Amino acid sequence: MNPKLQKIKEASMKTVFIICACVSIVAVLLICLFLFANGLPTMGKIGVGEFLFGRVWKPLEDKFGILPMIVGSIYVTAGAIIIGVPIGVLSAVFLAKFCPKPIYKVLKPAVDLLAGIPSIVYGFFGLVVIVPVMQNLFGGGGKSVLTASVMLGIMILPTIISVSESAIRAVPESYYEGALALGATNERSIYKTVLPAAKSGITAGVILGIGRAIGEAMAVNMVAGNQAQIPKSLFEGVRTLTSNIVLEMGYATDLHREALIATAVVLFVFILIINLLFSLVKKDKKERKRKAK
Amino acid sequence: MTDNTAYINKITFKQRLAAYRRRPASLIMFLITWGAAVITAAVVVIMVAYILIKGIPNLKPSLFALEYNSENVSMLPAIINTVTMTLLSLALAVPIGVFSAIYLTEYAKRGNPLVKVVRVTTETLAGIPSIVYGLFGYLVFVIACHFGNSMLSGALTLAIMILPTIMRTTEEALLSVPDSFREGSFGLGAGRLRTVFRVVLPSAVPGILSGIILAIGRIVGETAALIYTSGTVAGIPKDLMHSGRTLSIHMYALLSEGLYMEEAYATAVVLLVMVLIINMLSGLIAKRLTAKK
Repeated sequence: MNPKLQKIKEASMKTVFIICACVSIVAVLLICLFLFANGLPTMGKIGVGEFLFGRVWKPLEDKFGILPMIVGSIYVTAGAIIIGVPIGVLSAVFLAKFCPKPIYKVLKPAVDLLAGIPSIVYGFFGLVVIVPVMQNLFGGGGKSVLTASVMLGIMILPTIISVSESAIRAVPESYYEGALALGATNERSIYKTVLPAAKSGITAGVILGIGRAIGEAMAVNMVAGNQAQIPKSLFEGVRTLTSNIVLEMGYATDLHREALIATAVVLFVFILIINLLFSLVKKDKKERKRKAK
Repeated sequence: MTDNTAYINKITFKQRLAAYRRRPASLIMFLITWGAAVITAAVVVIMVAYILIKGIPNLKPSLFALEYNSENVSMLPAIINTVTMTLLSLALAVPIGVFSAIYLTEYAKRGNPLVKVVRVTTETLAGIPSIVYGLFGYLVFVIACHFGNSMLSGALTLAIMILPTIMRTTEEALLSVPDSFREGSFGLGAGRLRTVFRVVLPSAVPGILSGIILAIGRIVGETAALIYTSGTVAGIPKDLMHSGRTLSIHMYALLSEGLYMEEAYATAVVLLVMVLIINMLSGLIAKRLTAKK
């Protein structure tokens, strides 16, 4: 081939590659631009304080306070963490250190399956299984903070398990062996030496789980009851930021619609904070690794 | 010799019991760890079994009629739409994702600021909840671009959503191609472009494929990002500018109408089977990847 043509081809393909690499940057910029440009003026119109700290959400009366939804999102996410993290981390320890090989061959794909199940199927399962169980156990409607927390706790399990498992596996075997050689039992060696060494990886998994829990929309809105008020107990219904958008976007108009977009802005800011935490943890991990070397 | 070490490293049941008597906390941790693993396994088994047992009897041939009407509540159009949506989103996202990964690994020099920015933005994209994508797609593609509720709007939204998955897996796959391959190709006089397409990319195909399968899983299970972009019309759209619901949205619509619980069970089975197949495929590819190493 003509070398000049070759050069042109090389250069033009390189430009194509660079342009493709920039697509993700453009996408993030567009998302920020559209959300903030639509959401921030609305917040101004409603009043930032009134919007963020108003306790009444009544679109028909032009009252747009999303405090109940913010609190709701935090409640169910906290609930999911309380339920999901211990089970997830312990299961990860089991998979990495306790599990006999034949069980691992079954359990690992099962956890992967859990990660792949669509959220709508989770929501359906929650609706037809967990809600009736809650009704029988605690009375009431069954759709509550507790139900949503259990649901989300299950949904974040695979994330926490797989990230924690690889964090635990990344700890050098010598830590474990050293502890054993000093006479510690198997459990003491794992929980007192291996697990602390895997701490930052596990933290990263937990943060990922928080991100998934706070952003989950479909499953939560099917089992949480969706009352737009701050719940007084675990057994009362709750509405999250995400379900607020899913529920009302279909028919909302004018200021109501803009208020929903502003809700998404609040959610987006939450997610950005979580992302920031995540990258800080990861950086910390890298630095420690470098120091160890 | 090996037999001997194996023997030394084994402790008898009696020794173990004695160790636990000295350290009862270890025994408790042992039981708790097993307990957590049992809970995780139970969650998977109960969910899958419940959906299969309740759903399979509800699978009727009329559910797979080509035309949807309120009489047969057929899910076949939704299945076809899911396939269309998957192909369309992949057609948009895979070239961009693969090309940007090529730029990041093969072209960009170390410390290139663009690379850092792209990394941060892809991580941000990966963390954004699907409902926020849905809202963004609605604002940009449905309203600003006048595509309306259509397959195209949905596919564009999903393409941005799966971009980080494809980029990350492709990047990892490209990085795992040994440098000697590249050096060999350069040594034979091939240009950078030829090296990338003829040498590096072919050996990274399994890794890229596993990323694509992950992305397919996300597309199949997606609801929140699609309700307000591709819409909820139940039939097969006559072209990409018309609305059509995927299987997950079909299920959401059935549940929110509340009249079609039996059909919802059947849809859950089909979704679950799809996820199982996707997981099996990715397992197969992962096995081939590790076998090659």
